Amino acid sequence: MENFIQQLINGLSLGSIYALIALGYTMVYGIIKLINFAHGEIYMVGAFIGYTTINVFHLGLIPSLIISMLLCAALGALIERIAYKPLRNATRVAALITAIGVSFLLQNGMIYLVGPQVRAFPQVITKKVYSLGSIQVNQTQITIFATTVILMLALQFIVKKTKMGKAMRAVSTDADAARLMGINVDNVISFTFILGSALAGAAGVLVGMYYNSIDPMMGVAPGLKAFIAAVLGGIGIIPGALFGGFTIGIVETLISGYGSSLVKDAIVYLILIVILIVKPTGLLGKNTKEKV
Amino acid sequence: MKQFNKTNLGWLIFIAVAFLLIQFGVSSGLIDAFYEITLMTILINIILATGLNLIIGFSGQFSLGHAGFMAIGAYCTGIMTIKLPTIVGLLAGLLLGIIVASVVALIVGIPTLRLKGDYLAIATLGVAEIIRIAILNMGSLTNGAAGLSGIPYLTTWQLAFIFVVVSLIVIVNYIKSSAGRATVAIREDEIAAESMGINTTKFKTIAFVIGAATAAVAGGLHASYFSVIRPADFTFMKSIDILIIVVFGGLGSVTGSVVAAIVLGIINVFLQPFGQLRMILYSVALIAIMIFKPSGLFGSKEFTISDLLNRKKKATSKTPKQKEEVK
Repeated sequence: MENFIQQLINGLSLGSIYALIALGYTMVYGIIKLINFAHGEIYMVGAFIGYTTINVFHLGLIPSLIISMLLCAALGALIERIAYKPLRNATRVAALITAIGVSFLLQNGMIYLVGPQVRAFPQVITKKVYSLGSIQVNQTQITIFATTVILMLALQFIVKKTKMGKAMRAVSTDADAARLMGINVDNVISFTFILGSALAGAAGVLVGMYYNSIDPMMGVAPGLKAFIAAVLGGIGIIPGALFGGFTIGIVETLISGYGSSLVKDAIVYLILIVILIVKPTGLLGKNTKEKV
Repeated sequence: MKQFNKTNLGWLIFIAVAFLLIQFGVSSGLIDAFYEITLMTILINIILATGLNLIIGFSGQFSLGHAGFMAIGAYCTGIMTIKLPTIVGLLAGLLLGIIVASVVALIVGIPTLRLKGDYLAIATLGVAEIIRIAILNMGSLTNGAAGLSGIPYLTTWQLAFIFVVVSLIVIVNYIKSSAGRATVAIREDEIAAESMGINTTKFKTIAFVIGAATAAVAGGLHASYFSVIRPADFTFMKSIDILIIVVFGGLGSVTGSVVAAIVLGIINVFLQPFGQLRMILYSVALIAIMIFKPSGLFGSKEFTISDLLNRKKKATSKTPKQKEEVK
């Protein structure tokens, strides 16, 4: 039982990182129906920015988190303008291939700049361990979880309470109708990329703290996992991404804790396929009937 | 029975000329050992891309799991030929690969092909990863992450060429059959096709199984040519590589996939000297091509011999009727 709770706590902090990345996927998908494969790479860039600010400029966690979020947001906006905007009216597969091209570019650009080797992420916060009986929670886990919760609340506030958030929701429901209502759809799409990329940048710094190591290929696996999390919860739905991210994080740590970490990915995929077959639009998705 | 018409004869001559050109290149030393690897990669990629094009381009089902079926074929052939290192073993391995991949595709396809668009893509991606992880965990049979090495070298480029031609004939004939037309109808509008009495699940599954079977053949050839296979060769990135060829050539164009496999293979050779910059240039090229030509090289058009013949006719004899058409 104690082991179970311990795994649950580990799962919560891992899951919150997945959820942060999944939010970016889900928002972009909700608005332009694009699986932004470059999202995992933005998260990788975020981790490297955090590494640089902490290691080279000796900043604390919160300033580096903010710098990483800002720079990643700019990167996201730039990518959207250069690579995705010309393809607004092209087929979705063409847009997908472009996204894959961007992700290759970021990976290999980073390898070219800093080399392919794995680096140790600097320790920014003291590794204080809180014990409650035999259950242990360390400072890193608390920081990751708290940061995630704050960012999610901020996102929820932007989407639900601000004018831009209202425009985002309008565009995601019907882009053409939103344009008729005087909403600048292009700006809204850019803003969505900015928000999602900022969250990915924060996730990059947090995951650097969590695993203590970063490398230019680190975006691939969590990027894929986060995308699966978004699909699991129902892609395009913000609470779905949170739910999916936490579910996958917890399932993964539970399987690693009780069974074998070799099969954890297979079981995650299996759960995904079963859920998709039973409920094809994800757990929180609504099934829309198509008309002829 | 008009099997020996002008079009088929034209294709036959075309294939023979291509074969002889490569043969000349190899025997005269123009294509050395390094270029022969590129040639094999291109041939294997042609099989993979046309198979995936049948699934994505012709039946409109977005599958990201092609590498999984390639892995099945590679491991079946690898294990078989290690036990029986003759050409019989190779053929038996390829056949086994086709059978296993088809069965897996059938089991996976029937439930998942009900999913639409991106959901299908992510489900097939999951299937491919499950296949790969299963191979990783099969103990001494597949040798885990280290993979199989010492697979006998049984594939020559001639054999691969024959398999390319055979798989192209199978796929093109399927597309032109009534089942193939039903498949294309599903791509155009699934609901309309269904209301016209087409069993959509059936034709989607058939296309999926044929695509998986050709991927298994390509995997088998890969295994017996390169002699070493590891689960890491068949990740999600491999599926993406093939997808890039298909989209670059044009969704729904078999000749487009063939040309794209050749062009991308050659681009890769030219980028070799650039070392680390290679992948950067490759990805920039990919983004640029997609921005400027999002429908791919050929769109959904095909390069056909009969078009070529007709065009010649048009050029030589301008009938009044054709002039009217121009207006």
